[in-house]
Amino acid sequence: MSAGAPRGLASSGQKPITEILHPLSAAEETLSPGPDVTVSGGGEKDSGLTNGTPVETSSPASASLLFNRLQLDDDLDGDARDLYASTETRDLFVTVDDPKKHVSTMETYITYRVSTKTTRIEFDLPEYCMRRRYQDFDWLRIKLEDSQPTHLIPPLPEKFVMKGVVDRFSEEFVETRMKALDKFLKRVADHPVLSFNPHLNAFLSAKDLNKRQGLALLTKVGESVKHVAGGYKLRTRPPEFCAMGEYLDTFAQKLGTIDRIAQRILKEQSEYVTELREYGTVYSSWAGSEEELRRPLEGVAGCVTTCCGALEDLSENMSQDFLPVLREYVLYIESMKNVLRKRDQSQAEYEGRLEAAILRKQEDRTPMPVEVEKCQDKVECFNADLKADWERWQSNKRQDFKQLLTGIADKNINHYEKWFPTCLAWSTPYKLLLKIILKN
Amino acid sequence: MRPGSPPTSGKQKRMAEDGKDDSVATDDDSDLTAADGSLNNTMVEEGSTLLRRMEICVAEAEKRSGKNAVSMQETFTVYLIETRPMDAVAEGRNPAPDSLWRRYSEFELLRNYLIVTYPYIVVPPLPEKRAEFVWHKLSADNMDPDFVERRRVGLENFLLRVASHPVLSNDKILYHFLTEEHGWKEVVYETGFQAKADSRLRALSATFRVRNPDKRFMEMKHYSDELQSHTSQLLRARARVADRLYGVYKVHGNYGRVFSEWSAIEKEMGDGLQSAGHHMDAYAASIDDILEEEEHYADQLKEYLSYAEALRAVCRKHELAQFELEMASQDLISKKQQREELATGIVRTFSFKGMTNKLFGQEAPEQREAKLKLLEELITEGEETVKEKTVECEEHVERAWVDMQRFKEQKDKDLREALINYAVMQISMCKKGIQVWSNAKECFLKM
Repeated sequence: MSAGAPRGLASSGQKPITEILHPLSAAEETLSPGPDVTVSGGGEKDSGLTNGTPVETSSPASASLLFNRLQLDDDLDGDARDLYASTETRDLFVTVDDPKKHVSTMETYITYRVSTKTTRIEFDLPEYCMRRRYQDFDWLRIKLEDSQPTHLIPPLPEKFVMKGVVDRFSEEFVETRMKALDKFLKRVADHPVLSFNPHLNAFLSAKDLNKRQGLALLTKVGESVKHVAGGYKLRTRPPEFCAMGEYLDTFAQKLGTIDRIAQRILKEQSEYVTELREYGTVYSSWAGSEEELRRPLEGVAGCVTTCCGALEDLSENMSQDFLPVLREYVLYIESMKNVLRKRDQSQAEYEGRLEAAILRKQEDRTPMPVEVEKCQDKVECFNADLKADWERWQSNKRQDFKQLLTGIADKNINHYEKWFPTCLAWSTPYKLLLKIILKN
Repeated sequence: MRPGSPPTSGKQKRMAEDGKDDSVATDDDSDLTAADGSLNNTMVEEGSTLLRRMEICVAEAEKRSGKNAVSMQETFTVYLIETRPMDAVAEGRNPAPDSLWRRYSEFELLRNYLIVTYPYIVVPPLPEKRAEFVWHKLSADNMDPDFVERRRVGLENFLLRVASHPVLSNDKILYHFLTEEHGWKEVVYETGFQAKADSRLRALSATFRVRNPDKRFMEMKHYSDELQSHTSQLLRARARVADRLYGVYKVHGNYGRVFSEWSAIEKEMGDGLQSAGHHMDAYAASIDDILEEEEHYADQLKEYLSYAEALRAVCRKHELAQFELEMASQDLISKKQQREELATGIVRTFSFKGMTNKLFGQEAPEQREAKLKLLEELITEGEETVKEKTVECEEHVERAWVDMQRFKEQKDKDLREALINYAVMQISMCKKGIQVWSNAKECFLKM
C-alpha cells in the first residue's frame, strides 16, 4: 500500500492534514478548551479517564506513524466506498490504539487511546485524543442503536469472556479486541448518517460521557416493551427483504463452517509440529554417531526445525488475524438480522394500524389518522435506509473478505518460503549428486 | 571348472546354445573370450560379479493358491524373476528373458543359506516380512497391492545387491536360485547348511564370556546397535509425522466444499470463491503423491535397519570364533598342566587328583603311563584344534573386516543419497504448496 500524496480537504477552510499537528504533540500548542469540553493531549498532561482517575499516557507516537496509519486506512477503503463520500471529502478520521492497563482498588481494566482528526464543524476542535474502555464503546453502540433504529450498527467484539478460560489481560486478547474496536469505530465514522450522531461526537470528544447506564437500560427495555405491546404481526415480508434474510442465514452458516475448519486446521497443525520436533531430534542424535553422514543428517534436522518455526508462526497468524474477523462477521450478521426484524416490526405496526383505520373509516368516515401516515413514513424510511445500508454492507463485506482470504494465502506462501531455502542450503554442496538425482 | 552338475533345464541349454559357457557361478571367465579368442581380463580384478554377466530383475507379482505344509488352502504371492545374459544385451540382441517364479519364503531360505555359509559377510537384507511403521492410511495387509509392489522392488534390490557382491555373487546356490525353478530347495537342503548354523544359545553365551574380542569388532557391534536404534526411531517418528501431515492437508479439502457452497449465494464474489475452492481441493489431494514418494525413502531406511542386524551378526560370529579359540586354548593349557603334574608329581594347582593321591597314595606306574599317553594324544589333538580355531578366527577377522569396510562405504553412499533425495522431496513439496496458494490468492484477488 503506497502512501499517496496528502489530499487537501475540500470542504474545510483549514490547513491540509499534514500541517495539522498530531494530537499528541499538541502539548506545546495552547488549544483553548471549549466551555464543556476538555482537551486531553500531549505527552506530559494526564488524559483523564471518564471516571476521573488519572492515568499515564504513552509517549507520543511519531506524527508520521499516525499519518501513515490514517493514509493506509484510506487506501484500504478506497475501492469500496463508491456509495460513500469519496476519499477526497472524507473529513473524519478515527483510530483506536495504545492499550493500557489500569489498576485501581475496585477493579483492573484496559483503556485504549481514541484519536480523532476532523474538519467537521459539528466538532469544536480539529483533533481529540481520549482514553476509552470497552464499557464506553458498549455505551456508544447502545446509544446508536436506540437513536438510529433504522440503521445497521456495526458489531462490537464479544463483551463477556469467561474468566479463567481467557486471560483478559494477555497481549493477544487485548490486541485482538483493540483491532475489533478500531474497526467498529471506523465503520461508524465512515457511515454517512451514523457519523453525525451526537453520541459519537460525545464519545470522541467529551471528557465525561455521562453514561448513566441505568437509564439507558430502562430506555432499551421501554422500547422493546413498546414493540411487544403493539402486538402487531407481520404477514408477509417483501421479497427483497426475504432474500436478504435468507442470504444472512446461509452466510452465517458458511462462516460458522469456515470457523470450524480453521480451528480444526490449527489443531492438526499443532499436533503435526509436536511430532515434527521429535522427528528432528532423532536426526540430530543419529548425526552424533556418524562421520560421513553427519553433515547431511544435521542438514535435515535443521530443515525440520525451521519448518516447525514457520508452522508455528502460521498458526499464530491464523488464530490472531483470521478467526477473530470471521467471528466478528457472524456478530455483524446478527446485527443485520436484528435490523431486519425491527423493520418487519415497523411494517407490521403500519399495516395493523392501517387496517384498523380503514375499518373505522368505513364505519364512521373519519379521515386517515396522523399516526397511520407517520407509520407509513417510518416504514418507507426504514426500507430506504436498510437498502442503502445493505448495499454498503455487501460492498464492505466483499472488501473485507478479499483482504482476509488474500492474507491467509499470503501467510501460507510465506510459511513455505521460510523453510525450503534451508533444505536447499544444506543439500547444495552435494550439487553434483543432486544433479544426477534430479536428472533421473 | 564346471559347477556340480545341475539338471540341464531347457533354459540352461538355451544359454549353452548361445555359445556361452554356463559356468558363471565361479571365477571362470571363459565366457569372456573376445572375437579373436583372447581372454578378456577386465572383469576378473573387480570380482566377476554375477550382475556383470546377467541382467536380473523381479518383474511381476502374482497371487496363487495352493495347499501348504499342513494341507490347508492358502493364498500367497509369487514373484517373477527374469534373467538375461548381459553380453546378449550388450550386443544388441534381445533374447527373451529366462524366468521363474519364487515365493518370499524361498528368498528367505536363500538368505539363511548365505548367512550360514558366509558368516564373515554382511548379507543384504530382504524387504520386511510384515508391514511395519505403518501410518494410518497405509494398510498393514500383506496382500495389499501397494505393499506387494514395494516388496517386489525390495526383492529385486536384494538380488541386485547379492549378485553384485564380490563374494556372494559367485555362489552356486544363488545361481541356481535364479535359474532352476524346480528342485532348488532340495539342492539347498542338501548342502546341509542348517547343521552348520550356530546355536543361538552358544552365540549368546560367547557374547558374555569372551575375554579378548577384537576391539574394532566391538566398536562395530556398538555402531550396529546405534544404527538400529536410530533408524527404528526415525521410522517410527516419520510414520507419526506422515499421519499428522495427512490430516493437515486433508482438512483443507473442506475449504473447497464450503467455498463452493458459499459461492452459490454470492454475486461478484462467486467466481473467485469457486475457483479458490478448486485449488483447496487440489491442495488436499496433493498429499497422497507426496507421501507415496516418501514411502520409498522409508524403504531405504528400513533396508539399513535390517542391515544393522546383519552387521551385528558378523560381529557376533567373531565373538563366537574368538570364544571358541579361547576355550580351546584354555583346554590345551589345562591338559598340559595335567601332563606336567603327572610327569613330575608336583601339583601346582589344587586338584582333586592331587588330594586323593596324597590321601590314598599314588597309582601304579602302568596306570600313570597309560594316562600320560592318553594325555599326549589329547594334547596333540588340542594343539590341532587350537591351530584350526586360530586360523578360523583370523580368517574370519580378515575377511569380515574387508566386508565391513565395503559395507560402511556402501552405507555412507546410499544413505547420503537417500537424505539428499529427501531434501529434494521437501523442496518439491514446498514448491507445490506455494503454487497452490498463489493460485488461490489470484482467485481471492478477483473476488
